[in-house]
Amino acid sequence: MTVPVQDLSLAEGLVPSPRRRGFFLGVVRERKAAVVGLSIIVFFVLLAIVAPYISPYSASAQTCSVYAPPSIHHLLGCDDGGIDMLSELMQGGRISLIIGFAATLISMIIGGGVGILSGYFGRWVDVSLMRVTDYLLVIPDFVFAMVIADLWGASLLHVIIVIGILEWTTTARVIRAQVMSLKERVYVKRAKAIGSGHARIIWKHILPQVGPLLIANTVLTVAIAIYLETALAFLGLEDPTVTTWGTILEHAFDRTAVSSGYWWAIVPDGICIALLIVGCFLFGQAVEDALNPRLKVAHLSLRRWKIRTLAGREADAI
Amino acid sequence: MHRADFVVKRGFFALVTVFVAITINFFLFRVLPGNAVTDLARVPQSSPQLRHALTVEFGLDKPKWEQYLIYLKQLLHGNMGISFANQQPVSHLLLTDLKNTIPMVTVGTVAAVVIGVFTGVLSAWRRGSPPDHISTNLAIFAYAFPTQWLGMMLLILFAGVLPSAGMTNPFLFGPEPFWQHLGDVGQHMILPAATLMLTAYGSYTLVVRSSLLETLGEDYVLTARAKGLPVRRIVWRHAVRNALLPMVTLIALDLGYIVGGAVLIEVIFSWPGIGQSMFTAITQRDYPMLQGGFLILTVTVIVLNFLSDLVYFRLDPRISQ
Repeated sequence: MTVPVQDLSLAEGLVPSPRRRGFFLGVVRERKAAVVGLSIIVFFVLLAIVAPYISPYSASAQTCSVYAPPSIHHLLGCDDGGIDMLSELMQGGRISLIIGFAATLISMIIGGGVGILSGYFGRWVDVSLMRVTDYLLVIPDFVFAMVIADLWGASLLHVIIVIGILEWTTTARVIRAQVMSLKERVYVKRAKAIGSGHARIIWKHILPQVGPLLIANTVLTVAIAIYLETALAFLGLEDPTVTTWGTILEHAFDRTAVSSGYWWAIVPDGICIALLIVGCFLFGQAVEDALNPRLKVAHLSLRRWKIRTLAGREADAI
Repeated sequence: MHRADFVVKRGFFALVTVFVAITINFFLFRVLPGNAVTDLARVPQSSPQLRHALTVEFGLDKPKWEQYLIYLKQLLHGNMGISFANQQPVSHLLLTDLKNTIPMVTVGTVAAVVIGVFTGVLSAWRRGSPPDHISTNLAIFAYAFPTQWLGMMLLILFAGVLPSAGMTNPFLFGPEPFWQHLGDVGQHMILPAATLMLTAYGSYTLVVRSSLLETLGEDYVLTARAKGLPVRRIVWRHAVRNALLPMVTLIALDLGYIVGGAVLIEVIFSWPGIGQSMFTAITQRDYPMLQGGFLILTVTVIVLNFLSDLVYFRLDPRISQ
C-alpha cells in the first residue's frame, strides 16, 4: 500500500511573491506613459553627456551673425551673441540637468530623512518635524527662493542649494505616511522583538521598502527643480556666466527677441524644458501609481505635488 | 470635531505661521553678509565716522534681539521701513502695487478655474475618447511650459493686436468717461491674465478629471442612474458637486505658485504690481522693499489658505464628524 504523495506546494495565490527586483522595469513594461516618460528623460540625459562631442559649434563663441534665422548651417538659428542655438541648447541642457538632479538629491536626502524619522519615531519628533514642514508648505516657495537667491548672491551652487532646501516638503509627507504604515508590519515588529536597534531597522527594513517611492518622488521633484531654475534665471538670479535653459530665455527676453519676433531664440528652448518636465511627470506618476494607488488622489496639486492633511482627518489618512 | 474647535485650531495655526514668516523675514535679511550701511556707505570716500553715524541711526549697533523687538513693534504699527530707491514708505508703495496686482491675478485665476473645471468634466465624462486625450495632453503641456515662455509666446503672437506692456494707455488721460478707462485697463489685462490662466489651468483639469472619475464610481451615482435620472443631471448635480471639493484645497495650495507666476508675468508685461516692484527691488538692491513684498505675499497666501480651510469645512460636513 502506498501512501499518496502529499502535494506540499502552496495553493495558487498563497505563493509568496518574489522580491520586487526589477520593479521599475515592470512598471515601464506595463504602462505606456512610463515608457514615453522614461525615453524622454534618457534622451535628454544622453544628450547632456555627449553634448560636447556632437554639438556642431562652440556654445560660447560667435559663429554667425546676431539673431541669424535658422538655415542649413545653423539648424535652429542664432542668439543675440551670434552663438549657434542648437549648440547652446545642448550645453544649457547639461547645466539645467545638473541643477535639476543636484537640487533633487538635496531635497531627497532632507525629505527622505525627515519623512523616515517623523514616521518611524512618531510623537514629539513627528510633531516638531511636521510643524516645520507645514510652515514651509504654506510659504510661497518661488518668492522665498527669489529672496534667498538675491540676498545670497547669484551663483550656480546657491541656486542648487536654494531649490534643494525648499522642495523637500512633499517628499517628507509621502515618505512619512508610508513609513507609518510600514512600521506596523509584522516583520518590523519581529525585528524589534529579536533586539534590532532603530538604526538597523530603518536601514535594513524600512529604507528598502520606501526606496521606490522615494525615487518616484525624486523624479517628480526634478521637474519642479528645473522649472524653478528657469524662473530664477529669468529674474537674473542665476550666475551670469553659465548657460542654462533658463538663461537662454532670459537673454532672449532682455535682448529684444520678443519685440522683433525672433521666435527661434525662444521656441526650441521652451519645448526642451516642457518635454523634459512632461517626461519626469509621466514617469514619476506611473511609478507612484504602481506603488500606491491611494496616493494618486492625494496629489491634489500637480505643480507642487503637495500633500496636506485635510482638516479633521488623521494625518496618515492623507 | 466641533466647528468652533476647528476654526480656533486652524486660526491658531495661521497666526503662528504668520509669526514664523515674520521671524524668517527678519533674520533672513540679517544673517547674510552685509547690511544696509555697507550698501549705503558705498559712496566714494565714505569715512568710518559716516559709517558709524549710519549704524547708530539705523539702530544696527543694538543687539539682534532688540532689533527684532523693534521690528515687531514697528510692523504692528504698519511701518515696513523706507524704500532705499525713492525714500517713500514701503507699506504705502506696496499697497498701491497690491491694488494693481489683485484684479489681474483674480481674473486669471478665476478663468483658470472655470476652464479647468469644464475641460476636466469633459475629459472624465468622455473618458478615453479623442476629446479626453486632447484636453488631457493640452493640460499636461500647459502645465509643463514655463510661465515666462507662455507669456513671451503670447507677446509674439498678439504684439500688434493687444496692448503688450503696462496697465493703462498713457495717452488716455483727461475727461474721458469712466467706462473708457475701465475698458483700457481691461484691454491691458487680457495678455497677463491669459498667461496666468494658461499656466494654472492644467493642474485643475487633471485634478477635476481624476476626482470626477472616482466620484462617478460611487454608489450614489449608481443609485441615481438606477432611478433613471438623465446623465447630464447625474454628472452635474450629483457627481461634479462632490468632485469639486478637492478643488478648494487645490486652489489654496496653488496660491503660492500663482503668486510666483504673477511675479514673472508682471515682469514680462510691465504690469505695475507687487511682483514688478520686487523685481525692481532686486535689481536696485532695495532691501526694505524686497522684505516688505515678501512679507505681504507670504501673509496673503497664509490668510487665503486659512479661508480655504473654512470654506472646505463649510462645504464638506463629513469632516466635522
